[in-house]
Amino acid sequence: MRTAADRATTMRHSHLLEVGPATALTGLGTLVRLFWRLSRRQIILWGLVMLATVPASVVALKEAYPDQQALDARAALLGNPSAVLMTGPAFARDHYTLWAAVANELFLYILLAGAIMSILMTMRHTRLEEESGRLELLRSLPMGRLAPAAAALAIVVIANLALGAGVSIGVLVTGAPAVEALALGLATVLTGLVFAGLAGVAAQLTEHAGTASGLSLGALAVAFLLRGVGDVLDAEGSWLSWLSPLAWAQQTRVLVDLRWWPLAVSGAALIVLLVLAAALSRRRDVGAGLRAAAAGPSGASRALRAPGGLARRLVTPTMLTWAIGLFLFAIAFGSLAASLEDMVDQLPTIGEFAPIDVDDLTSSFTAYILLMLALGPVGLIVAGVLRLRAEEQEGRLAGLLVAGTSRVDVVSRWVLVVALEVVALQVLLGLGTGIGVWLATGDLAWIGECLLAALVYLPAEALVGAITLALYGLRARWAGLAWLVVVWAALDTFLGDLLQLPEWSRDLSVLHHVPFVPHDDLDVVPLVVMAVLALALAAVGLIALRRRDLVAG
Amino acid sequence: MSAGRRPTARTATTATTAGASGAIDAAVEIRDLGKTFGATHALEGLSLTVPTGQVTGFLGPNGAGKSTTIRVLLGLLRASSGSVRVLGMDPWSHAVQIHRRLAYVPGDTSLWPNLTGGEAIDVLTSSERSTTHRRRRQELIERFELDPTKRCRTYSKGNRQKISLIAALSRDVDLYVMDEPTSGLDPLMEAIFTDEVDRLRSEGRTVLLSSHILAEVEKLCDTVTIIRAGRDVESGTLAQLRHLTRSTVAATTHADPGALSRTPGVHDLVADGGRIRCDVDESAVHEVLPILTAMDARGLTITPPSLEDLFLRHYGDDLGAGAAGPAGSAETTSGEART
Repeated sequence: MRTAADRATTMRHSHLLEVGPATALTGLGTLVRLFWRLSRRQIILWGLVMLATVPASVVALKEAYPDQQALDARAALLGNPSAVLMTGPAFARDHYTLWAAVANELFLYILLAGAIMSILMTMRHTRLEEESGRLELLRSLPMGRLAPAAAALAIVVIANLALGAGVSIGVLVTGAPAVEALALGLATVLTGLVFAGLAGVAAQLTEHAGTASGLSLGALAVAFLLRGVGDVLDAEGSWLSWLSPLAWAQQTRVLVDLRWWPLAVSGAALIVLLVLAAALSRRRDVGAGLRAAAAGPSGASRALRAPGGLARRLVTPTMLTWAIGLFLFAIAFGSLAASLEDMVDQLPTIGEFAPIDVDDLTSSFTAYILLMLALGPVGLIVAGVLRLRAEEQEGRLAGLLVAGTSRVDVVSRWVLVVALEVVALQVLLGLGTGIGVWLATGDLAWIGECLLAALVYLPAEALVGAITLALYGLRARWAGLAWLVVVWAALDTFLGDLLQLPEWSRDLSVLHHVPFVPHDDLDVVPLVVMAVLALALAAVGLIALRRRDLVAG
Repeated sequence: MSAGRRPTARTATTATTAGASGAIDAAVEIRDLGKTFGATHALEGLSLTVPTGQVTGFLGPNGAGKSTTIRVLLGLLRASSGSVRVLGMDPWSHAVQIHRRLAYVPGDTSLWPNLTGGEAIDVLTSSERSTTHRRRRQELIERFELDPTKRCRTYSKGNRQKISLIAALSRDVDLYVMDEPTSGLDPLMEAIFTDEVDRLRSEGRTVLLSSHILAEVEKLCDTVTIIRAGRDVESGTLAQLRHLTRSTVAATTHADPGALSRTPGVHDLVADGGRIRCDVDESAVHEVLPILTAMDARGLTITPPSLEDLFLRHYGDDLGAGAAGPAGSAETTSGEART
């Protein structure tokens, strides 16, 4: 008995003997394995996407510029500010090569993809983990104070290495020199990590992952503009360009005349950002931001209480962001119209890739711009109507109904708000394109013509909205199918001519039925048909909605 | 809609109710309600009456069909079979009219993350414009100690629940439907909620309160309906329901408990080292007391039946149909529900 009791006492206290030394990084391995388990699918996917799209893009560029003449034609376009804004610094303008074109046209988008991936993944494993309360749970285990952050960093490094490997292998298999391929991959990795560092700092500032992601993506947008404007000032990069992390990668002159030292700037920036994030993290509590969240109004304004006020409040910010972005794109695209003439003179095959009439270039190109831009409102009207479904699934729609408004009122007001904002956006896109073409041609009449041409897309956009509403009214679960309409319209717009899709399949795209104005004459019949269909489907949606069960709430 | 602003509201209500159903004493009247989702039978023959001017508890475990019933009452779901009248109207075809006279507190409140609490309350009470409502809203915000200037995403579960409570209680309506309204509230806030429900009762309002917490229902409700597996198994006033169950009697005695064990109505007698304990039918208590006196029992306690016992009788596995006789309907339904 005695010995058993002694043994029991020893057992009770034995844990004191087993406590090993603990550091700030204790438990790192476990956490890295956990985070890898949570994100491995995305990491592998990002790597594979690069592995597929990079070679495909290089091959596409090879086909687009089959000979030196075509390359020279492209090089002539490098002076255009819009082209510079959308691509990269122009090296080797006198002896433009295929690889110079890859660096100029493709590299920026690889960097953007890497930056976006790094920001999202950093947030996912830092602030989002913290906001959801899971970090608290992890920190209650025997974990070092810095282990979660270090594990997040390790995962983002792994993700960027996968992405960079995809890029390097991608250009290697299409024939790039090994050193250049390595530099391209390394620059991608380092740039991604700089933005991961930025996201890490942003994650310390606010309590909410959404706000922190917004801050980081905003920083990316600023970096994009700085680089763009800087390169417009000087095609090989001005002092302004050097303020942007994107420029540090591009200034390696990779694939043209490689120099390594700009990557040291990226590395140094990364270290500074990591140290800053760590220092900031020591100054705050778990779950808290550096700055307390600001208080808001204690009651709803008249605008919020008005019919449709909630829809305006919830939908408008997204709509506005897109509107600004698409408006700038519209101007930029529009201003390409004139420079294109020189290019097409030397690249007559362009008609095979896009519905562009070589004989009447400006008007057909303008019509094509409007067609492409219309995809924005088409997607946004679907997203705006689908937001209703989210409201329903979250149970918030029930709250509105019980406050004393009928289903049809709530939903029709919501859809009306979305529709009106989309109309405003479409007008804005017409205006933007018009301004761009005016800048390029000096002919003021284009502004009015583009505005009118843009309005022609309204029935098609209304039809897409009505299809979404009808699907949503019939079954909340079916509403997501509306995205198929958007995806097909996008595929048809971008690839319809190139792939020579059969006519019946092209007819499935709503945008294919819109007259190709201002190049073609206005044909009113399809517009009337689409408008009538839109009204009918909207009615179907509203009637069906009155007859079905709500999903939750 | 304050009483001052719409003095005829309640009279008009009564007239409608009387005209529609011929009965003015039930705010909610459900008969044999069935609701199926595809192959799932969520409700099978549920009946529920909520008498006007009373607080009715709607008691059942998770998944029994409480929320489904409430969502049928609100006109969010369409009844598959049976009849439902809310304030004398069909909730599916007259949802808006009913909603103007009904306030609802959902069990799990989802709010717009980027609106502040105050804004969310106003959006949820968009039909209310009177100054009385503003005053009441302010009073409730102070009572529940809510900071209305914070964004909804920063609120804890309890604070989110406060927002839907304030939104509902600030409205001046005939019927309040609450689906597990106290989930997430701390005891202090629960006490304030109890106060508010008492106030509604004293003002003659009708309340339907669903819950799986027995103590809450015992504290707040005049009548109770117990639901299990999509049908009602028991309903009545608390006093009536208590009558169906047994009191627990415990005492200290060294006498032989044999006489006690032979008395009809005494169950599960346990005697251990001078302590005795047994369950006694409500009708047999007056026969047991003289026997205990004769046994020279000390430290006597008689614990009245709690709703918990009632609950266990319907949901426990070994206690079941027929254990306490009188409720014939309860026997058959609980028996069927087990199959």
